[in-house]
Amino acid sequence: MADAWTFNARPPRPPWGVHVPSHKAATRAMSIRQAPLPPVAHLSTPTAAVALVSAGDCVKSGQPVARGSDGCALHATISGTIAAVSTSAGGQVDVAIDSDGRDEWHDSCVPCKAPLALPPRELRRRLLDGGIVGLGGALFPSGLKLDSAPRVRALIINGAECEPWITCDEILLRERATQVVEGARILMHAAGTVHAVIAVETDMPEARIALHDALATSGDDRIGLAVVSAKYPAGGERQLIEMLTGAEVPLGGLPGDVGYLCQNAGTAAAAADLLLLGRPLVSRIVTVTGGGVAEPGNFEVRLGTPLAMLVAAAGGYKGVPARLIVGGPMMGVAQPDDAAAVTAATNCVVAALADDIAPAAPEMPCIRCGDCVQACPARLLPHELLAASRQGHADALRDLHLDACIECGCCDYVCPSMIPLTAAFAAAKAARRSRPS
Amino acid sequence: MKFTRSSGPYWRPVQDVPAMMRHVLYALAPAAAAHSFFFGPGLWINLCVAGITALATEAIALRLRGAPLQLHLSDGSALVSAALLALCLPPLLPWWVTATGTAFAIGVVKHLYGGLGLNLFNPAMAGYALLLLVFPAHMTNWLPPHVDDLDYQALSLWQTLQFTATGNLPATLGLDAVTGATPLDVLRTELGRMRTLTEIAADPVFGDFGGRGWEWVGNFVTLGGLWLLYRGIIRWQIPAGMLAGVLAGSLLLYLADPQTHASPLFHLYAGGTLLGAFFIATDPVSACVTDRGRLIYGAGCGLVTVAIRSWAAFPDGVAFAVLLMNVLAPLIDRYCRPRVYGTG
Ligand code: SF4
Ligand code: SF4
Repeated sequence: MADAWTFNARPPRPPWGVHVPSHKAATRAMSIRQAPLPPVAHLSTPTAAVALVSAGDCVKSGQPVARGSDGCALHATISGTIAAVSTSAGGQVDVAIDSDGRDEWHDSCVPCKAPLALPPRELRRRLLDGGIVGLGGALFPSGLKLDSAPRVRALIINGAECEPWITCDEILLRERATQVVEGARILMHAAGTVHAVIAVETDMPEARIALHDALATSGDDRIGLAVVSAKYPAGGERQLIEMLTGAEVPLGGLPGDVGYLCQNAGTAAAAADLLLLGRPLVSRIVTVTGGGVAEPGNFEVRLGTPLAMLVAAAGGYKGVPARLIVGGPMMGVAQPDDAAAVTAATNCVVAALADDIAPAAPEMPCIRCGDCVQACPARLLPHELLAASRQGHADALRDLHLDACIECGCCDYVCPSMIPLTAAFAAAKAARRSRPS
Repeated sequence: MKFTRSSGPYWRPVQDVPAMMRHVLYALAPAAAAHSFFFGPGLWINLCVAGITALATEAIALRLRGAPLQLHLSDGSALVSAALLALCLPPLLPWWVTATGTAFAIGVVKHLYGGLGLNLFNPAMAGYALLLLVFPAHMTNWLPPHVDDLDYQALSLWQTLQFTATGNLPATLGLDAVTGATPLDVLRTELGRMRTLTEIAADPVFGDFGGRGWEWVGNFVTLGGLWLLYRGIIRWQIPAGMLAGVLAGSLLLYLADPQTHASPLFHLYAGGTLLGAFFIATDPVSACVTDRGRLIYGAGCGLVTVAIRSWAAFPDGVAFAVLLMNVLAPLIDRYCRPRVYGTG
């Protein structure tokens, strides 16, 4: 047994963050439904990669079609024929697959009999081969994350889904808590740690109970359960680590630097699917919601399915949506149309009616009310960062630690002067990246 | 299907600047009512003069700066400055005094520095300070409070209006007969005559622990302040800091020599302490932004107020204390920056 490790199972409500109307009631009790197979699946690697197939090839579901330079594989999510393969300027590989409608599985998709008996290194390789990436939005390959973490004290499974509207992790925890727990055990083994905690929020009691039962059934007493405040952004990786352990991830560093490995609950379930069911990452759960969808719900969707098809599975549009947002209303991205495909990072699609989004309001000058300072989870001074961003004052931006901004949108949310602070910070970061220094 | 794009976050509540300013005005209403109950209708006249001057000055300044007129005229910030200034002024004051103070506050202190959000000084207090320097005599003409057993001659609305319009009272009334000094002034003058506090406190303008009438106005100011706290429009650091500063400073002096220094409770209810703590020092633009900075800023306002009252020749110390702390606010903030996540 390694050294003892304790965590805060009921951290107090944080001083930072904001209370956002959750809108989760629309979908939190909606059982996971299977979305229909797409006639065409569009897949892309998140990083530079080499294609393993070419146009005209026949592929089966779960067959590797590309391998990233980082070693992480991308798999066909349906069976059929490769319609097109292309490589973008950045080296990312795009693959389009025409479905044959049969969804036949590739031979390589076989369960592993005893994953916990494998050496951790082998397990990490299998995670890379299975294309398991962070489903919380980072898309970082789990196998790699495990390799790069020097010494993992504890694994943190993040089920604290703090963004409004989104319930994909909550429903996963409610309906497939066992998969999440099994996944956590696999990831613990792969990380070589004997400590783990699964974090949920105070407003998801059913998920907590399901997890509690699953943990009791598994009999694995190395995995703890923590309930954190439902204040946004309590589920942010850095915020969660701070609340559970008191440790802070150093600026510019990774959780591994302080001995923690954070994985999304969906990622843990995907790891269990890979090793126990033999399914590489071909699907994920997506919440489809918003006033502009006829039948909001949670869908298990093959990656590469066009958003339009996913919305159709949810009964189609209702009324005239003012925005189509991928992700939540705080950190999501408004889409120009619904042609884009579901990726491993797509946790939610919100078709927002005009009522669901804030009306455009004229920007007033900053009155230094300090509300943004209070709300910022990174303890930044957003009002000063704003002035520095707008003046392009590089030294001031560095002094004020622009890099610590996680673009959570809390400062915007509270600003009485309706200043688009987060957009300004994102632009300032982009400007800094593009400038050679 | 096509959709509009925009940057997130896509949802935010509507607690905007005009709403904040409206709430500040609402919160001042009980205090204004109490004030006019005890000190006559002069406050309402001053409020009108200050309000009109403020809007007019704001409009001219915006026009000159080429800023959007409608957006800023309707934000309510000029009216809040005007109301705060009017609440600090003596109830009997010629209109041009009020107008000068307001025009200076809005035109110079606010707009010469760049308008809303950029002013270094609290406009209302800067206006008040100017009037103290330019019209010292008018600024000390306070009225005795209307309390039953006090010998006073109440002025009617009409008589007050006449004075406001012309600077003179109707021939039948002498200014000396209707005006009185504020408790703070009485205190200073009498202490200057080497009388002890026990003797001075027998003066009928003194009530249980503060000035008569003033005690009640103070209670209603506090009520409004608590409401602002409850609504989240102000936060507790500045009021708590300032009240603690006033109480601590006056307690020290009082303990050192109770015969020449008024009690902490007297200081709490005297002059502009409560209005300052809840409404003036909390003006976000000219105050500190960080939590710790706000505590220090508030405490500084409180301590300097007591110091000025005790040792300087001004009727009240709140205005100069706030102005002094305005200058120090950016410096205080610099040293009170929260430690950024993941650094140091
Ligand atoms: S967007 Fe950045 S600056 Fe604004 S609250 Fe979030 S972390 Fe702080
Ligand atoms: S919340 Fe807005 S108005 Fe208030 S200090 Fe921050 S940027 Fe300025």
